[in-house]
Amino acid sequence: MSGLDTRLAAKPADYKSDVKPIWCPGCGDYHVLMSFTRAFAQLGLPPEQIAVVSGIGCSSRIPAYTNCYGFHGIHGRSLALAAGLKVTRPDLTVVVASGDGDGYSIGGNHFLHACRRNIDMTYVVMDNHIYGMTKGQPSPTTEPEYDTALAPGGTGVAPFHPLVVALASGANFIARCFSGEPNETADVLAEAIKHPGFSFVEILSPCITFRPDEKVWKDQVHAASVGATHDQGKAARRLMTDDGFNIGILYRGNRPPYQPAVGATDIDWSELERDFEL
Amino acid sequence: MSKASDNPKVASLNDLLAVAYQIEIDAVDRYNLLADQMETHNNPELVKVFRDLARAEGIHGEEIRRLAGDFDVVAHARQIAKFERRGSPEEADLSSAHYLMTPWHALQLSLDGEKRALAYFTSIVETAKDPKVKAMAGELVEEEAEHVNLVHRLLRRYPPPSESWADDMDPPVSQE
Repeated sequence: MSGLDTRLAAKPADYKSDVKPIWCPGCGDYHVLMSFTRAFAQLGLPPEQIAVVSGIGCSSRIPAYTNCYGFHGIHGRSLALAAGLKVTRPDLTVVVASGDGDGYSIGGNHFLHACRRNIDMTYVVMDNHIYGMTKGQPSPTTEPEYDTALAPGGTGVAPFHPLVVALASGANFIARCFSGEPNETADVLAEAIKHPGFSFVEILSPCITFRPDEKVWKDQVHAASVGATHDQGKAARRLMTDDGFNIGILYRGNRPPYQPAVGATDIDWSELERDFEL
Repeated sequence: MSKASDNPKVASLNDLLAVAYQIEIDAVDRYNLLADQMETHNNPELVKVFRDLARAEGIHGEEIRRLAGDFDVVAHARQIAKFERRGSPEEADLSSAHYLMTPWHALQLSLDGEKRALAYFTSIVETAKDPKVKAMAGELVEEEAEHVNLVHRLLRRYPPPSESWADDMDPPVSQE
């Protein structure tokens, strides 16, 4: 079957598992799941050649809802797990799912170094500016004035700027999407997967339960007025000055991915196992 | 807001049938997804409403497939019928779902979808150059107009809920 035939033969439903999502009705993550499966179908990737790795949080439930290989890891450590997987199995397409709490707070340091290492994988952060699963604590991207019972009057702390951090740390592909536009998001995800190196895709995904004010995002997002740049300086200026609702591929770098040699080894594994015996 | 350029290009009768078919199938998928959500959140009345809506859209899809005769409308739809931005016209807005929503809300979602489909096929009637496309789009407009009327009739059975429909004695927002 030719590449084109494979792409036409693959259907988004082929990548869905039988597990029904338990997100709140109205949650943006339903759309993100749709975008994942549409992107995989668009690329014609066999499900057994994809690994979806996640941490903890509403967004991190996504591996269970696909029938690809999945690893629902520990809080904030999805990138470390995914990096290990990709280095040892470079043949796999590795997609990592996270949220703004898991990815930017608990896993914040892994985020920096994953960008810096530039291993060929795609990091998708479903950003709803709140900790949803644990019932509404402010996250690193929560606006300083956002008033909740847990942060009366707001945190007063300037939010994290993930795209700028990703660029400064060396991510090779940077995009922002909106969950309510699943076809565009699928196209961007497909591009991110194809792009060599570490691709970072932030998806604005409203939390209908703890941030009902985010319903207006669908009227605030707008397509980026210019295409992606290869120039880090230009990208930095654009990302620093954008309004947070600029949608599209914003940066495409050309750094070669990091892929250490793996394969044959003269290590005696049985000896190593003996060292760990209690 | 969707623009004309966000919609698939309809240059022939086969394109139109493929797009019309895809619109119905997208609606089926969306209603089934909403039904699944309501099942998970134990709102059985809504499960039934969304499954019924999915079934109705599926019947419309099959009618279009029959209309296409020997032409493989399913394969053609997968190649050309891709709506950008907010998706296919009849797809219910997922972000409007709520775990305590009522049949009235579900039918409002459906009504919005039928109206978007009506507007979409009307725009084809107004812009199509090919007389066959124009004629078929006209038929689809009549059909969608009938669906709009049908939803209006169904809505008579389900009056708008009270203002407190979303009140939950055990709400998920534990801090408040």
